This record gives sequence, C-alpha cells and structure tokens, in this order.
Amino acid sequence: MKAFRFTAAVIDTVSARHELLDLGAGGYVSFEGWVREHNEGREVTRLEYEAFEELGVAEGARILMQALQRFPIKRALCIHRVGALSLGEMAVWVGVSSAHRGEAFEACRFIIDEVKHRVPIWKKEHYRDGDSGWVNCEHCAAAPHHEHLHAVATRSE
Amino acid sequence: MQLNIQYYALMREQAGRSTESVESAAATPAELYSELKARYGFTLAREQLKVAVNSEFSDWSRELEAGDAVVFIPPVAGG
Repeated sequence: MKAFRFTAAVIDTVSARHELLDLGAGGYVSFEGWVREHNEGREVTRLEYEAFEELGVAEGARILMQALQRFPIKRALCIHRVGALSLGEMAVWVGVSSAHRGEAFEACRFIIDEVKHRVPIWKKEHYRDGDSGWVNCEHCAAAPHHEHLHAVATRSE
Repeated sequence: MQLNIQYYALMREQAGRSTESVESAAATPAELYSELKARYGFTLAREQLKVAVNSEFSDWSRELEAGDAVVFIPPVAGG
C-alpha cells in the first residue's frame, strides 16, 4: 500500500496504525482532521472532497519522504478521504512512529501542514442557508492569494 | 495540435465537463489558459492557479506538445 493514499471509504485507523509498527519505535503520534459544523462564520452541513489523484499521490509521497529525511522518525502515513462527507466524519489521518515522541509530534504537524498546502485536493462546503462553495476558490475569485484576508472578511458578512 | 484537458472542482463546474480534447495553437499552458478562460469564463486568475502537464507540476512557460495532458490546479483545500 502506498504511504500516501486517497480513499472513498471510512478511514480504517486500526489497520493504518498497524502499518506504522516498528520494533525501533517507542511510540506513535496521529492526527485526525474532522468535518466541522462551521467555517469562517457560516454553518456547514456537509462537504465534498475532490482530488487530482495521480498528482496527489505523487505529491503526498514527496511530503512523507521529506518528513522522513527531516525528522528521525521510523514510518509515516497519510490517508485522505474523497467524495461526500457528513459532519463529524474523518477527512484526513496522519500517523508517524518514531523512537522518541518529540520528532513524532513535529513530523505529524509538518505532514498535515504540507498536505493542506500542496496536495491537489479541493473541498466544497454546503451551507445551512442552501449556498455552497469551493473553499479558497470562490468569494475570492480574481484576487491573488495575499488578498485572501479581505476575501474572508467579505465572506463572513 | 490536440491537447487533453482535465478540470477539477470549481473549474470543472464552470467548464461543465471533467475532460475534453481541444484543438489549440497555444504554445504554453499560459496561452492555453487564456484561451479556455475566454471560452468558459473561468473566474480564477492565472496567478491563483498552478498547472500540471502529464501529471507533474509544470512552468506556465513550458512548450506544449501534441497529446500533452494539461490540468489547471485551483487553490487547494485539503485536510
């Protein structure tokens, strides 16, 4: 199984954790991202994730490789959901095993931060008021990234 | 020449399709985006996008070849 992968099914954290087992590891750290009921002042009712999977798997693998080079960890894994998700569901799971806990926490943080910024995954939020929108793509169209704060302010009015 | 385009997320909705083959004289992904933006009215500026050619991130100024698979990548939102 690839260390970075997408799934349309519920993420199986028990078997994912099993893939991190290593007799040289003294522990493991995991991060779960969940679907939240609000975002930027709006009530969210459900989400859809869409990924450019071929490039996403390659970029995700590069991130995990960088984590392994940067931190003295044993193993690292990341699984991201695609498709329709309900509130409270797990959207992403990251797990890192290492000899000592410090680097496992740091590597886990590094991986989730990089995944959010680099992997071609898009999130469509559906709101209580019937509206919907692609996060980071709408309400800020035609504005470059550095003007995003203004776009966020507009959006929460 | 013929190019194969894949659309995702907001751009898929605005183009009304996931994939298409286009006959284009665009020499680069930048020129191709201008052409398709005019056709479909994409709301995202090129400065907000990345581009992939044949499933790898690419420069906007790369020289396109017949049969290339081009994907425009809107701002991502994983996690």
